Amino acid sequence: MSRDTFIQATYLLASVLFILGLRGLTDPKHARRGMQLAAVGMVLAIVGTLVNHQIIRYDWIAIGLVLGTLIGYPLGMFVPMTAMPQRIAISHMFGALAATLVGVAEFIHLGHGAAVERPEMAALGFEVLFGSITITGSFMAFGKLQGIVPSAPVTFRGQNLLNMGVFAGMVALFVLLIIQPASAALFYVLIGLGLALGTSMVLPIGGADMPVVISLLNSYAGLASSATGFAIGNNVLIIAGALDGASGFLLSIIMSRAMNRSFANVLFGAFGAPVEQAGKSAAGLTVRSITAEDAAIQLAYARSVIVVPGYGMAVAQAQHQVRELAALIEKNGGQVLYAIHPVAGRMPGHMNVLLAEADVPYDRLKEMDEINDAFASADVALVIGANDVVNPAARNDRGSPIYGMPILNVDQAKSVIVLKRSMNPGFAGIENELFYDPKTSMLFGDAKDSLSKVVSEVKKA
Amino acid sequence: MSTHPNFLLELYVFVLAGFVGYLVITRVPALLHTPLMSATNAISGISLVGSLVAAGAALNRASTILGFVAVTAATVNVVGGFLITDRMLKMFRGGQPQRREPKK
Repeated sequence: MSRDTFIQATYLLASVLFILGLRGLTDPKHARRGMQLAAVGMVLAIVGTLVNHQIIRYDWIAIGLVLGTLIGYPLGMFVPMTAMPQRIAISHMFGALAATLVGVAEFIHLGHGAAVERPEMAALGFEVLFGSITITGSFMAFGKLQGIVPSAPVTFRGQNLLNMGVFAGMVALFVLLIIQPASAALFYVLIGLGLALGTSMVLPIGGADMPVVISLLNSYAGLASSATGFAIGNNVLIIAGALDGASGFLLSIIMSRAMNRSFANVLFGAFGAPVEQAGKSAAGLTVRSITAEDAAIQLAYARSVIVVPGYGMAVAQAQHQVRELAALIEKNGGQVLYAIHPVAGRMPGHMNVLLAEADVPYDRLKEMDEINDAFASADVALVIGANDVVNPAARNDRGSPIYGMPILNVDQAKSVIVLKRSMNPGFAGIENELFYDPKTSMLFGDAKDSLSKVVSEVKKA
Repeated sequence: MSTHPNFLLELYVFVLAGFVGYLVITRVPALLHTPLMSATNAISGISLVGSLVAAGAALNRASTILGFVAVTAATVNVVGGFLITDRMLKMFRGGQPQRREPKK
Protein backbone atom coordinates (compact mmCIF):
# COMPACT_ATOMS: atom_id res chain seq x y z
CA MET A 1 0.00 0.00 0.00
CA SER A 2 1.48 3.30 -1.02
CA ARG A 3 1.73 6.12 1.43
CA ASP A 4 -0.95 8.16 -0.33
CA THR A 5 -3.36 5.23 -0.33
CA PHE A 6 -2.77 4.84 3.40
CA ILE A 7 -3.47 8.52 4.01
CA GLN A 8 -6.65 8.45 1.96
CA ALA A 9 -7.78 5.29 3.77
CA THR A 10 -7.39 6.98 7.15
CA TYR A 11 -9.34 9.99 5.88
CA LEU A 12 -12.16 7.87 4.51
CA LEU A 13 -12.37 5.88 7.73
CA ALA A 14 -12.31 9.09 9.78
CA SER A 15 -15.19 10.52 7.72
CA VAL A 16 -17.27 7.39 8.27
CA LEU A 17 -16.52 7.41 12.01
CA PHE A 18 -17.50 11.09 12.29
CA ILE A 19 -20.89 10.36 10.72
CA LEU A 20 -21.37 7.34 12.99
CA GLY A 21 -20.41 9.51 15.95
CA LEU A 22 -23.07 12.08 15.14
CA ARG A 23 -25.55 9.30 14.55
CA GLY A 24 -24.87 8.11 18.08
CA LEU A 25 -26.15 11.44 19.34
CA THR A 26 -29.65 10.59 18.12
CA ASP A 27 -30.04 8.47 21.25
CA PRO A 28 -28.63 9.32 24.68
CA LYS A 29 -27.96 5.62 25.31
CA HIS A 30 -25.49 5.31 22.45
CA ALA A 31 -24.15 8.83 22.42
CA ARG A 32 -20.96 8.27 24.41
CA ARG A 33 -19.93 5.25 22.39
CA GLY A 34 -20.61 7.13 19.16
CA MET A 35 -18.40 10.01 20.16
CA GLN A 36 -15.62 7.63 21.15
CA LEU A 37 -15.74 6.28 17.60
CA ALA A 38 -15.51 9.84 16.28
CA ALA A 39 -12.47 10.43 18.50
CA VAL A 40 -10.82 7.33 17.05
CA GLY A 41 -11.56 8.76 13.61
CA MET A 42 -9.83 11.99 14.58
CA VAL A 43 -6.71 10.14 15.78
CA LEU A 44 -6.62 8.16 12.51
CA ALA A 45 -6.86 11.34 10.43
CA ILE A 46 -4.03 12.93 12.43
CA VAL A 47 -1.80 9.88 12.08
CA GLY A 48 -2.56 9.76 8.37
CA THR A 49 -1.60 13.40 7.98
CA LEU A 50 1.61 13.08 9.95
CA VAL A 51 3.05 10.59 7.44
CA ASN A 52 2.31 13.02 4.59
CA HIS A 53 5.50 13.42 2.53
CA GLN A 54 4.99 17.20 2.39
CA ILE A 55 5.77 17.40 6.10
CA ILE A 56 9.52 17.62 6.51
CA ARG A 57 9.94 19.07 9.96
CA TYR A 58 8.08 18.13 13.10
CA ASP A 59 9.37 20.61 15.69
CA TRP A 60 6.63 23.24 15.29
CA ILE A 61 4.01 20.54 14.93
CA ALA A 62 5.09 18.93 18.20
CA ILE A 63 5.10 22.23 20.08
CA GLY A 64 1.67 23.13 18.67
CA LEU A 65 0.18 19.75 19.58
CA VAL A 66 1.57 19.92 23.12
CA LEU A 67 0.52 23.53 23.63
CA GLY A 68 -2.95 22.87 22.22
CA THR A 69 -3.35 19.88 24.52
CA LEU A 70 -2.23 21.90 27.53
CA ILE A 71 -4.88 24.53 26.78
CA GLY A 72 -7.55 22.10 25.58
CA TYR A 73 -7.37 19.64 28.50
CA PRO A 74 -8.47 22.09 31.21
CA LEU A 75 -11.05 23.57 28.80
CA GLY A 76 -12.45 20.07 28.45
CA MET A 77 -12.14 18.76 31.99
CA PHE A 78 -12.51 21.64 34.41
CA VAL A 79 -14.89 24.16 32.85
CA PRO A 80 -18.12 23.96 34.89
CA MET A 81 -21.36 23.09 33.11
CA THR A 82 -22.75 26.52 34.01
CA ALA A 83 -20.02 28.10 31.87
CA MET A 84 -20.87 25.91 28.88
CA PRO A 85 -22.27 28.66 26.61
CA GLN A 86 -19.10 30.74 26.73
CA ARG A 87 -16.99 27.58 26.49
CA ILE A 88 -18.77 26.63 23.26
CA ALA A 89 -18.49 30.19 21.93
CA ILE A 90 -14.73 30.32 22.45
CA SER A 91 -14.25 26.95 20.76
CA HIS A 92 -15.92 28.33 17.64
CA MET A 93 -13.25 31.00 17.74
CA PHE A 94 -10.43 28.47 17.89
CA GLY A 95 -11.94 26.48 15.01
CA ALA A 96 -12.34 29.55 12.82
CA LEU A 97 -8.86 30.77 13.74
CA ALA A 98 -7.29 27.51 12.59
CA ALA A 99 -9.23 27.55 9.32
CA THR A 100 -8.40 31.18 8.58
CA LEU A 101 -4.70 30.82 9.33
CA VAL A 102 -4.43 27.76 7.09
CA GLY A 103 -6.04 29.86 4.37
CA VAL A 104 -3.55 32.69 4.85
CA ALA A 105 -0.61 30.25 4.94
CA GLU A 106 -1.79 28.72 1.67
CA PHE A 107 -2.22 32.16 0.11
CA ILE A 108 1.31 33.16 1.11
CA HIS A 109 2.73 29.87 -0.07
CA LEU A 110 1.17 30.37 -3.47
CA GLY A 111 3.11 33.60 -4.00
CA HIS A 112 0.62 35.89 -2.29
CA GLY A 113 -2.03 34.84 -4.73
CA ALA A 114 0.19 34.88 -7.82
CA ALA A 115 -0.03 31.12 -8.29
CA VAL A 116 -3.64 30.77 -7.20
CA GLU A 117 -6.16 29.62 -9.73
CA ARG A 118 -9.64 31.07 -9.68
CA PRO A 119 -11.59 28.17 -8.17
CA GLU A 120 -8.99 27.87 -5.44
CA MET A 121 -9.17 31.61 -4.83
CA ALA A 122 -12.91 31.29 -4.43
CA ALA A 123 -12.35 28.61 -1.78
CA LEU A 124 -9.69 30.66 0.00
CA GLY A 125 -11.94 33.71 -0.14
CA PHE A 126 -14.86 31.85 1.41
CA GLU A 127 -12.55 30.39 4.02
CA VAL A 128 -11.18 33.70 5.28
CA LEU A 129 -14.54 35.47 4.84
CA PHE A 130 -16.45 33.06 7.09
CA GLY A 131 -13.40 32.44 9.25
CA SER A 132 -12.64 36.06 10.08
CA ILE A 133 -16.28 36.90 10.87
CA THR A 134 -16.44 33.87 13.16
CA ILE A 135 -13.18 34.65 14.98
CA THR A 136 -14.26 38.04 16.32
CA GLY A 137 -17.97 37.20 16.38
CA SER A 138 -17.34 34.20 18.63
CA PHE A 139 -14.95 36.16 20.77
CA MET A 140 -17.59 38.86 21.30
CA ALA A 141 -20.19 36.20 22.10
CA PHE A 142 -17.75 34.69 24.59
CA GLY A 143 -17.12 38.10 26.12
CA LYS A 144 -20.81 38.81 26.51
CA LEU A 145 -21.56 35.41 28.04
CA GLN A 146 -18.57 35.66 30.36
CA GLY A 147 -19.58 39.18 31.37
CA ILE A 148 -16.43 40.90 30.06
CA VAL A 149 -18.44 42.77 27.43
CA PRO A 150 -21.81 44.26 28.44
CA SER A 151 -24.42 41.64 27.61
CA ALA A 152 -27.07 44.25 26.89
CA PRO A 153 -27.34 45.20 23.22
CA VAL A 154 -24.85 47.92 22.27
CA THR A 155 -26.41 49.91 19.48
CA PHE A 156 -25.95 53.15 17.60
CA ARG A 157 -27.71 54.85 14.74
CA GLY A 158 -27.11 53.36 11.33
CA GLN A 159 -25.52 50.24 12.77
CA ASN A 160 -27.38 47.85 10.49
CA LEU A 161 -26.61 50.05 7.50
CA LEU A 162 -22.92 50.08 8.40
CA ASN A 163 -22.83 46.30 8.84
CA MET A 164 -24.56 45.78 5.52
CA GLY A 165 -22.11 48.18 3.89
CA VAL A 166 -19.12 46.30 5.31
CA PHE A 167 -20.60 42.99 4.18
CA ALA A 168 -21.24 44.36 0.69
CA GLY A 169 -17.62 45.55 0.64
CA MET A 170 -16.46 42.07 1.56
CA VAL A 171 -18.48 40.50 -1.22
CA ALA A 172 -17.03 43.03 -3.68
CA LEU A 173 -13.47 42.22 -2.53
CA PHE A 174 -14.24 38.53 -2.80
CA VAL A 175 -15.36 38.94 -6.42
CA LEU A 176 -12.37 41.16 -7.26
CA LEU A 177 -10.02 38.53 -5.81
CA ILE A 178 -11.53 35.81 -7.97
CA ILE A 179 -11.09 37.99 -11.05
CA GLN A 180 -7.54 38.92 -10.06
CA PRO A 181 -6.15 36.47 -7.46
CA ALA A 182 -2.73 38.16 -7.30
CA SER A 183 -4.09 41.13 -5.32
CA ALA A 184 -2.53 40.39 -1.96
CA ALA A 185 -3.65 43.66 -0.39
CA LEU A 186 -7.31 42.99 -1.16
CA PHE A 187 -7.01 39.58 0.50
CA TYR A 188 -5.81 41.09 3.76
CA VAL A 189 -8.36 43.90 3.63
CA LEU A 190 -11.02 41.20 3.24
CA ILE A 191 -9.80 39.55 6.44
CA GLY A 192 -9.66 42.89 8.24
CA LEU A 193 -13.23 43.72 7.23
CA GLY A 194 -14.35 40.26 8.33
CA LEU A 195 -12.82 40.76 11.76
CA ALA A 196 -14.52 44.15 12.05
CA LEU A 197 -17.86 42.80 10.88
CA GLY A 198 -17.76 39.89 13.34
CA THR A 199 -17.33 42.37 16.17
CA SER A 200 -19.98 44.85 15.12
CA MET A 201 -22.44 42.10 14.21
CA VAL A 202 -22.47 40.53 17.67
CA LEU A 203 -22.14 43.75 19.67
CA PRO A 204 -25.84 44.72 19.31
CA ILE A 205 -27.08 41.28 20.29
CA GLY A 206 -28.52 40.71 23.74
CA GLY A 207 -28.17 37.64 25.91
CA ALA A 208 -31.53 36.07 25.10
CA ASP A 209 -30.64 35.92 21.41
CA MET A 210 -27.41 34.07 22.09
CA PRO A 211 -28.77 30.62 21.18
CA VAL A 212 -29.30 31.84 17.59
CA VAL A 213 -25.92 33.58 17.43
CA ILE A 214 -23.98 30.63 18.80
CA SER A 215 -25.69 28.25 16.37
CA LEU A 216 -25.01 30.56 13.45
CA LEU A 217 -21.34 30.93 14.39
CA ASN A 218 -21.15 27.15 14.72
CA SER A 219 -22.36 26.92 11.14
CA TYR A 220 -19.90 29.58 9.90
CA ALA A 221 -16.98 27.81 11.59
CA GLY A 222 -18.01 24.61 9.83
CA LEU A 223 -18.28 26.32 6.45
CA ALA A 224 -14.84 27.86 6.95
CA SER A 225 -13.40 24.38 7.63
CA SER A 226 -15.12 23.03 4.56
CA ALA A 227 -13.74 25.85 2.41
CA THR A 228 -10.29 24.96 3.75
CA GLY A 229 -10.88 21.48 2.40
CA PHE A 230 -11.70 22.91 -1.03
CA ALA A 231 -8.66 25.17 -0.95
CA ILE A 232 -6.13 22.47 -0.12
CA GLY A 233 -7.98 19.62 -1.84
CA ASN A 234 -8.74 17.55 1.24
CA ASN A 235 -11.95 15.54 1.38
CA VAL A 236 -12.04 14.78 5.10
CA LEU A 237 -11.96 18.50 5.81
CA ILE A 238 -14.77 19.10 3.35
CA ILE A 239 -16.87 16.35 4.94
CA ALA A 240 -16.26 17.31 8.57
CA GLY A 241 -16.84 20.97 7.77
CA ALA A 242 -20.07 20.16 5.94
CA LEU A 243 -21.31 18.14 8.92
CA ASP A 244 -20.46 20.99 11.28
CA GLY A 245 -22.01 23.54 8.95
CA ALA A 246 -25.20 21.50 8.53
CA SER A 247 -25.49 21.03 12.27
CA GLY A 248 -25.08 24.72 13.07
CA PHE A 249 -27.42 25.67 10.26
CA LEU A 250 -30.11 23.31 11.47
CA LEU A 251 -29.77 24.49 15.06
CA SER A 252 -30.06 28.12 13.92
CA ILE A 253 -33.28 27.26 12.13
CA ILE A 254 -34.68 25.46 15.18
CA MET A 255 -33.68 28.32 17.48
CA SER A 256 -35.04 31.04 15.21
CA ARG A 257 -38.33 29.18 14.82
CA ALA A 258 -38.58 28.91 18.59
CA MET A 259 -38.21 32.69 18.77
CA ASN A 260 -40.53 33.32 15.83
CA ARG A 261 -37.81 34.98 13.81
CA SER A 262 -37.77 34.48 10.09
CA PHE A 263 -35.23 32.36 8.33
CA ALA A 264 -33.90 35.33 6.33
CA ASN A 265 -33.52 37.18 9.60
CA VAL A 266 -31.11 34.49 10.77
CA LEU A 267 -29.18 34.21 7.52
CA PHE A 268 -28.40 37.88 7.34
CA GLY A 269 -27.65 38.14 11.01
CA ALA A 270 -30.05 41.04 11.47
CA PHE A 271 -31.28 39.66 14.77
CA GLY A 272 -31.33 41.28 18.16
CA ALA A 273 -32.78 44.61 17.16
CA PRO A 274 -33.62 46.32 20.43
CA VAL A 275 -37.23 46.34 21.42
CA GLU A 276 -38.46 49.90 21.30
CA GLN A 277 -41.82 49.63 22.94
CA ALA A 278 -43.39 47.09 25.21
CA GLY A 279 -46.83 45.73 24.57
CA LYS A 280 -49.46 45.99 27.26
CA SER A 281 -48.61 48.01 30.31
CA ALA A 282 -48.87 46.53 33.76
CA ALA A 283 -50.29 49.68 35.32
CA GLY A 284 -53.05 48.99 37.81
CA LEU A 285 -52.31 45.28 38.10
CA THR A 286 -51.08 43.67 41.28
CA VAL A 287 -49.02 40.58 41.89
CA ARG A 288 -49.47 38.10 44.71
CA SER A 289 -46.24 37.56 46.57
CA ILE A 290 -45.87 34.47 48.74
CA THR A 291 -43.29 33.07 51.17
CA ALA A 292 -41.25 29.91 50.82
CA GLU A 293 -43.51 28.34 53.43
CA ASP A 294 -46.63 28.99 51.31
CA ALA A 295 -44.91 27.55 48.27
CA ALA A 296 -43.88 24.47 50.23
CA ILE A 297 -47.46 23.82 51.30
CA GLN A 298 -48.61 24.06 47.70
CA LEU A 299 -45.84 21.79 46.41
CA ALA A 300 -45.47 19.18 49.14
CA TYR A 301 -48.49 17.10 48.22
CA ALA A 302 -49.05 18.18 44.62
CA ARG A 303 -49.89 15.22 42.42
CA SER A 304 -48.24 16.59 39.33
CA VAL A 305 -45.71 19.39 39.06
CA ILE A 306 -44.14 20.74 35.89
CA VAL A 307 -40.90 22.64 36.37
CA VAL A 308 -40.15 25.33 33.79
CA PRO A 309 -36.46 26.30 34.01
CA GLY A 310 -35.04 29.41 32.40
CA TYR A 311 -31.83 31.38 32.32
CA GLY A 312 -32.51 32.55 35.89
CA MET A 313 -32.00 28.99 37.10
CA ALA A 314 -28.63 28.86 35.36
CA VAL A 315 -27.55 32.21 36.82
CA ALA A 316 -28.54 31.16 40.34
CA GLN A 317 -27.06 27.67 39.73
CA ALA A 318 -30.21 26.32 41.34
CA GLN A 319 -30.40 23.05 39.39
CA HIS A 320 -29.31 20.92 42.35
CA GLN A 321 -31.97 22.44 44.63
CA VAL A 322 -34.55 21.82 41.89
CA ARG A 323 -33.57 18.18 41.85
CA GLU A 324 -33.75 17.98 45.63
CA LEU A 325 -37.23 19.47 45.68
CA ALA A 326 -38.37 17.10 42.93
CA ALA A 327 -37.11 14.12 44.93
CA LEU A 328 -39.19 15.21 47.93
CA ILE A 329 -42.34 15.68 45.84
CA GLU A 330 -41.79 12.29 44.26
CA LYS A 331 -41.34 10.73 47.70
CA ASN A 332 -44.75 12.10 48.62
CA GLY A 333 -46.24 10.36 45.59
CA GLY A 334 -46.25 13.27 43.16
CA GLN A 335 -44.88 13.32 39.65
CA VAL A 336 -42.37 15.92 38.48
CA LEU A 337 -41.62 16.67 34.84
CA TYR A 338 -39.52 19.39 33.27
CA ALA A 339 -40.70 21.52 30.35
CA ILE A 340 -37.76 22.72 28.28
CA HIS A 341 -38.33 25.53 25.81
CA PRO A 342 -35.88 25.36 22.86
CA VAL A 343 -34.45 28.81 23.59
CA ALA A 344 -34.45 28.63 27.40
CA GLY A 345 -30.96 29.69 28.47
CA ARG A 346 -28.12 30.91 26.34
CA MET A 347 -27.49 28.05 23.93
CA PRO A 348 -29.38 25.13 22.43
CA GLY A 349 -29.90 22.45 25.08
CA HIS A 350 -28.56 24.61 27.92
CA MET A 351 -31.22 23.59 30.48
CA ASN A 352 -30.92 19.90 29.65
CA VAL A 353 -27.21 19.89 30.39
CA LEU A 354 -27.64 21.68 33.71
CA LEU A 355 -30.44 19.39 34.88
CA ALA A 356 -28.57 16.29 33.73
CA GLU A 357 -25.63 17.52 35.77
CA ALA A 358 -27.95 17.71 38.80
CA ASP A 359 -28.78 14.04 38.16
CA VAL A 360 -32.28 14.53 36.78
CA PRO A 361 -32.97 11.49 34.57
CA TYR A 362 -33.35 12.55 30.96
CA ASP A 363 -36.72 10.88 30.48
CA ARG A 364 -38.22 13.57 32.74
CA LEU A 365 -36.91 16.36 30.48
CA LYS A 366 -39.66 17.09 27.96
CA GLU A 367 -39.54 19.17 24.81
CA MET A 368 -42.13 21.90 24.37
CA ASP A 369 -44.40 20.08 21.91
CA GLU A 370 -44.27 16.95 24.00
CA ILE A 371 -45.42 18.53 27.24
CA ASN A 372 -47.57 21.51 26.28
CA ASP A 373 -50.81 19.54 26.51
CA ALA A 374 -49.92 18.27 29.97
CA PHE A 375 -50.02 21.72 31.61
CA ALA A 376 -53.83 21.72 31.73
CA SER A 377 -53.76 18.77 34.12
CA ALA A 378 -50.78 19.91 36.18
CA ASP A 379 -51.43 20.96 39.78
CA VAL A 380 -48.49 23.34 39.91
CA ALA A 381 -46.31 24.83 37.23
CA LEU A 382 -43.09 25.93 38.89
CA VAL A 383 -41.40 28.61 36.79
CA ILE A 384 -37.76 29.13 37.76
CA GLY A 385 -36.14 32.16 36.23
CA ALA A 386 -38.00 31.92 32.92
CA ASN A 387 -39.95 34.84 31.52
CA ASP A 388 -40.48 35.40 27.81
CA VAL A 389 -40.93 31.68 27.08
CA VAL A 390 -43.99 31.60 29.36
CA ASN A 391 -45.47 34.99 28.43
CA PRO A 392 -49.08 34.59 27.21
CA ALA A 393 -48.66 37.86 25.29
CA ALA A 394 -46.94 35.77 22.62
CA ARG A 395 -50.30 34.15 22.03
CA ASN A 396 -52.84 36.93 22.53
CA ASP A 397 -51.24 40.39 22.33
CA ARG A 398 -50.68 41.46 18.74
CA GLY A 399 -48.84 44.54 19.94
CA SER A 400 -46.24 42.55 21.82
CA PRO A 401 -42.78 42.23 20.26
CA ILE A 402 -42.79 38.50 21.01
CA TYR A 403 -46.24 37.94 19.45
CA GLY A 404 -46.25 34.65 17.57
CA MET A 405 -43.39 33.04 19.45
CA PRO A 406 -44.30 29.51 20.54
CA ILE A 407 -44.52 29.38 24.33
CA LEU A 408 -45.04 26.88 27.11
CA ASN A 409 -48.70 26.72 28.21
CA VAL A 410 -47.90 27.51 31.82
CA ASP A 411 -51.03 29.70 32.14
CA GLN A 412 -53.18 26.57 31.67
CA ALA A 413 -51.89 24.88 34.82
CA LYS A 414 -54.18 24.80 37.87
CA SER A 415 -51.75 27.01 39.77
CA VAL A 416 -48.48 28.69 38.98
CA ILE A 417 -45.54 29.55 41.22
CA VAL A 418 -42.97 31.88 39.71
CA LEU A 419 -39.50 32.16 41.22
CA LYS A 420 -38.06 35.47 40.25
CA ARG A 421 -35.40 37.82 41.50
CA SER A 422 -37.60 40.93 41.32
CA MET A 423 -40.43 42.40 39.29
CA ASN A 424 -38.05 43.77 36.64
CA PRO A 425 -39.27 42.67 33.24
CA GLY A 426 -37.23 40.02 31.44
CA PHE A 427 -34.59 40.55 28.83
CA ALA A 428 -36.93 41.77 26.15
CA GLY A 429 -38.31 44.38 28.55
CA ILE A 430 -41.83 43.08 28.07
CA GLU A 431 -44.41 42.88 30.83
CA ASN A 432 -45.60 39.37 31.52
CA GLU A 433 -49.29 39.13 32.31
CA LEU A 434 -48.78 35.62 33.64
CA PHE A 435 -47.34 37.23 36.78
CA TYR A 436 -50.61 39.12 37.34
CA ASP A 437 -52.83 36.10 36.81
CA PRO A 438 -54.97 35.40 39.94
CA LYS A 439 -53.72 31.79 40.08
CA THR A 440 -50.08 32.86 39.96
CA SER A 441 -48.04 33.37 43.11
CA MET A 442 -44.65 35.04 43.02
CA LEU A 443 -41.80 33.88 45.22
CA PHE A 444 -39.22 36.65 45.05
CA GLY A 445 -35.52 36.23 45.70
CA ASP A 446 -32.49 34.32 44.44
CA ALA A 447 -33.75 31.05 42.97
CA LYS A 448 -31.19 28.97 44.83
CA ASP A 449 -31.98 30.53 48.24
CA SER A 450 -35.72 30.36 47.64
CA LEU A 451 -35.57 26.72 46.62
CA SER A 452 -33.37 25.79 49.59
CA LYS A 453 -35.97 27.34 51.90
CA VAL A 454 -38.82 25.56 50.09
CA VAL A 455 -36.94 22.27 50.36
CA SER A 456 -36.46 22.60 54.11
CA GLU A 457 -40.11 23.61 54.54
CA VAL A 458 -41.29 20.62 52.51
CA LYS A 459 -39.11 18.38 54.67
CA LYS A 460 -40.89 19.74 57.75
CA ALA A 461 -44.34 19.27 56.24
CA MET B 1 0.34 22.18 -1.04
CA SER B 2 -2.37 21.35 -3.51
CA THR B 3 -1.92 20.84 -7.20
CA HIS B 4 -5.02 20.72 -9.36
CA PRO B 5 -7.94 19.91 -7.14
CA ASN B 6 -10.98 18.57 -8.86
CA PHE B 7 -13.48 21.13 -7.74
CA LEU B 8 -16.53 19.49 -9.23
CA LEU B 9 -15.77 16.27 -7.41
CA GLU B 10 -15.18 18.19 -4.19
CA LEU B 11 -18.50 19.90 -4.63
CA TYR B 12 -20.16 16.49 -4.87
CA VAL B 13 -18.48 15.47 -1.63
CA PHE B 14 -19.52 18.68 0.09
CA VAL B 15 -23.16 18.52 -0.97
CA LEU B 16 -23.54 14.84 -0.13
CA ALA B 17 -21.81 15.23 3.24
CA GLY B 18 -24.01 18.21 4.06
CA PHE B 19 -27.04 16.15 3.10
CA VAL B 20 -25.98 13.22 5.29
CA GLY B 21 -25.30 15.66 8.11
CA TYR B 22 -28.73 17.20 7.71
CA LEU B 23 -30.49 13.83 7.77
CA VAL B 24 -28.57 12.56 10.78
CA ILE B 25 -28.75 15.76 12.79
CA THR B 26 -32.51 16.31 12.35
CA ARG B 27 -32.86 13.13 14.40
CA VAL B 28 -30.78 14.41 17.31
CA PRO B 29 -33.23 15.23 20.14
CA ALA B 30 -33.27 18.73 21.65
CA LEU B 31 -32.09 17.00 24.83
CA LEU B 32 -28.63 16.57 23.30
CA HIS B 33 -28.30 19.85 21.40
CA THR B 34 -25.49 21.15 23.58
CA PRO B 35 -23.42 17.96 23.30
CA LEU B 36 -24.17 18.03 19.56
CA MET B 37 -22.67 21.47 19.36
CA SER B 38 -19.55 20.55 21.29
CA ALA B 39 -19.27 17.33 19.26
CA THR B 40 -19.37 19.11 15.92
CA ASN B 41 -16.83 21.53 17.33
CA ALA B 42 -14.50 18.70 18.20
CA ILE B 43 -14.99 17.18 14.77
CA SER B 44 -14.33 20.47 13.01
CA GLY B 45 -10.99 20.41 14.81
CA ILE B 46 -10.14 18.37 11.72
CA SER B 47 -8.72 21.64 10.37
CA LEU B 48 -5.74 20.22 12.24
CA VAL B 49 -5.12 18.15 9.11
CA GLY B 50 -4.52 21.30 7.07
CA SER B 51 -2.69 23.03 9.91
CA LEU B 52 -0.20 20.17 10.35
CA VAL B 53 0.83 20.36 6.70
CA ALA B 54 1.17 24.15 6.87
CA ALA B 55 3.31 23.92 10.02
CA GLY B 56 5.50 21.06 8.84
CA ALA B 57 6.02 21.69 5.15
CA ALA B 58 8.72 24.31 5.85
CA LEU B 59 7.70 26.39 2.85
CA ASN B 60 8.52 29.75 4.36
CA ARG B 61 8.74 31.28 7.79
CA ALA B 62 5.30 32.94 7.68
CA SER B 63 3.47 29.76 6.69
CA THR B 64 5.28 27.79 9.38
CA ILE B 65 4.33 30.25 12.11
CA LEU B 66 0.73 30.56 10.93
CA GLY B 67 0.57 26.79 10.68
CA PHE B 68 1.95 26.44 14.19
CA VAL B 69 -0.72 28.76 15.64
CA ALA B 70 -3.36 26.90 13.62
CA VAL B 71 -2.13 23.53 14.96
CA THR B 72 -2.40 24.88 18.49
CA ALA B 73 -5.91 26.28 17.98
CA ALA B 74 -7.19 23.14 16.26
CA THR B 75 -5.65 20.89 18.93
CA VAL B 76 -7.42 22.90 21.63
CA ASN B 77 -10.72 22.09 19.91
CA VAL B 78 -9.94 18.43 19.32
CA VAL B 79 -8.72 17.69 22.86
CA GLY B 80 -11.10 20.03 24.69
CA GLY B 81 -14.05 19.25 22.43
CA PHE B 82 -13.99 15.48 22.74
CA LEU B 83 -13.30 15.61 26.49
CA ILE B 84 -16.12 18.01 27.28
CA THR B 85 -18.59 16.18 25.04
CA ASP B 86 -17.83 12.96 26.86
CA ARG B 87 -18.13 14.68 30.22
CA MET B 88 -21.57 15.98 29.26
CA LEU B 89 -22.80 12.73 27.78
CA LYS B 90 -21.71 10.88 30.92
CA MET B 91 -24.21 12.98 32.90
CA PHE B 92 -27.22 12.01 30.81
CA ARG B 93 -28.82 8.96 32.31
CA GLY B 94 -32.30 7.60 32.19
CA GLY B 95 -34.48 5.75 34.66
CA GLN B 96 -33.52 5.41 38.30
CA PRO B 97 -31.76 8.52 39.57
CA GLN B 98 -31.13 6.90 42.98
CA ARG B 99 -28.26 4.79 41.75
CA ARG B 100 -25.66 7.49 41.70
CA GLU B 101 -22.13 6.72 40.72
CA PRO B 102 -19.72 7.43 43.56
CA LYS B 103 -18.31 10.91 43.22
CA LYS B 104 -14.58 11.38 42.83
